[in-house]
Amino acid sequence: MQTFLEQVNEKIDGVPLQRCYHCRKCTAGCPLTFAMEYNINKVIKMIQMGRKNEVLNSSTIWLCASCETCITRCPNEVDIARMMDVLRQMAIETGVGAKEKNILKFHESFLSNIKMFGRINEPTMMVQYKLKSGDLFSDMGMGIDMFLKGKLSLSSPKTKDLKSVKKIFEKTKQA
Amino acid sequence: MKVSYYPGCSLHGTAKEYDQSVRAVSRALGIELKEVDDWSCCGATSAHSTNFKLSIALPARNLVAAEKDALDVMVPCAACFNRFKTAEHHLKADKQLKGEVEEIIGGKYHGGIAIRNPLDIIFKNIGLDALQERIKKPLKGLKPVSYYGCLLLRPPEICEFDDYENPVIMDKIMGVLGADARLWSYKTDCCGGSLTISRTDIVAKMVSKIMAMAREAGANCVVTACPVCMANLDMRASDNVRLPVFYFTELIALALGLQGPETWFKLHNVDPRPLMKSLALI
Repeated sequence: MQTFLEQVNEKIDGVPLQRCYHCRKCTAGCPLTFAMEYNINKVIKMIQMGRKNEVLNSSTIWLCASCETCITRCPNEVDIARMMDVLRQMAIETGVGAKEKNILKFHESFLSNIKMFGRINEPTMMVQYKLKSGDLFSDMGMGIDMFLKGKLSLSSPKTKDLKSVKKIFEKTKQA
Repeated sequence: MKVSYYPGCSLHGTAKEYDQSVRAVSRALGIELKEVDDWSCCGATSAHSTNFKLSIALPARNLVAAEKDALDVMVPCAACFNRFKTAEHHLKADKQLKGEVEEIIGGKYHGGIAIRNPLDIIFKNIGLDALQERIKKPLKGLKPVSYYGCLLLRPPEICEFDDYENPVIMDKIMGVLGADARLWSYKTDCCGGSLTISRTDIVAKMVSKIMAMAREAGANCVVTACPVCMANLDMRASDNVRLPVFYFTELIALALGLQGPETWFKLHNVDPRPLMKSLALI
């Protein structure tokens, strides 16, 4: 049976996490460290130690904003940003779900909007997200202001060959 | 020159002033745009966070559509640009993945066209001298900080853009426009864009720090090339530090004396018109 470390390495398909010598440059440069449950360096250490549940259940993997500062600065070229994508995908695939529920709900709303129209229609995507998250009233004032400025249109052009987009979703098994 | 044009979803919605200013500036500089036929969304952060293959297939569909025009493709949105470059990287490096993705999208990817951001096209193909010759209204008194954010630059071996710790293309363009671009150390710091809806509390802190640093550098506005950064910086900064934010193309259009800037400025959240009026720029 594969260890957690081996599973993650296989999915990253690049420099193995063992290459990390814990210099913490990633963590020092990460703009989200202040909000994270475990800092990035700690996540790597936890993966090395096989602490799968704690890692997949952590808010850290969802709070990573994919700014890629870590991989850009890592002296050992460990692709930490890709690692975060891999961990999020593992959390979904293994049924652990997301500790940061609204972040995943946002991604789901975003993708389902693409499946529906081929392109993001911002107002309907926001309605989808609000219904999913139950966060009904935040940004209402901003939304109304944008609507009045003509920035939110319900009738923005859609992709005509919607079938080809839906096929991409089916074949990549995205609900 | 002629390029194909992928506006992306934001430019048809919340970033419509970016779309309009890119088109106006392109026309003025002799860059002909041909919109990619029946394009679809690039998938953005939501695709790559949750489904790797989807995150390659969605931009690949658009790259294949753009290849039909046999022109380099201009991608003004930094987020789309990043997803296009990432897809290109994986499709060129991994033959097996390329085969699978081609089957998923039902088309062949050849990889023969370059993915370009308008900043880079104006800097390299038009050139600062040619831009200088066309300036009608130097932006005297405007003190922007150039904010590049993440997605044009990182990771550098995929984006192949500018110096990834200290990019200067936008600063140089601002200089040619007659603006006094301020030096600062936050030009490539993340604004937290992908969390702006789902964790607004965290993002407000990130944006306010960037704005406070811009003020400390003596800036009276921020200039960007990314609709995600724009929306975020323009909407999420706390009242005591907020500054007007511009797309770089809006400022080029203003300096070239083109029609449009005042209409675009009305669409911003932080109204830039009081600043522009005080500097007699509008």
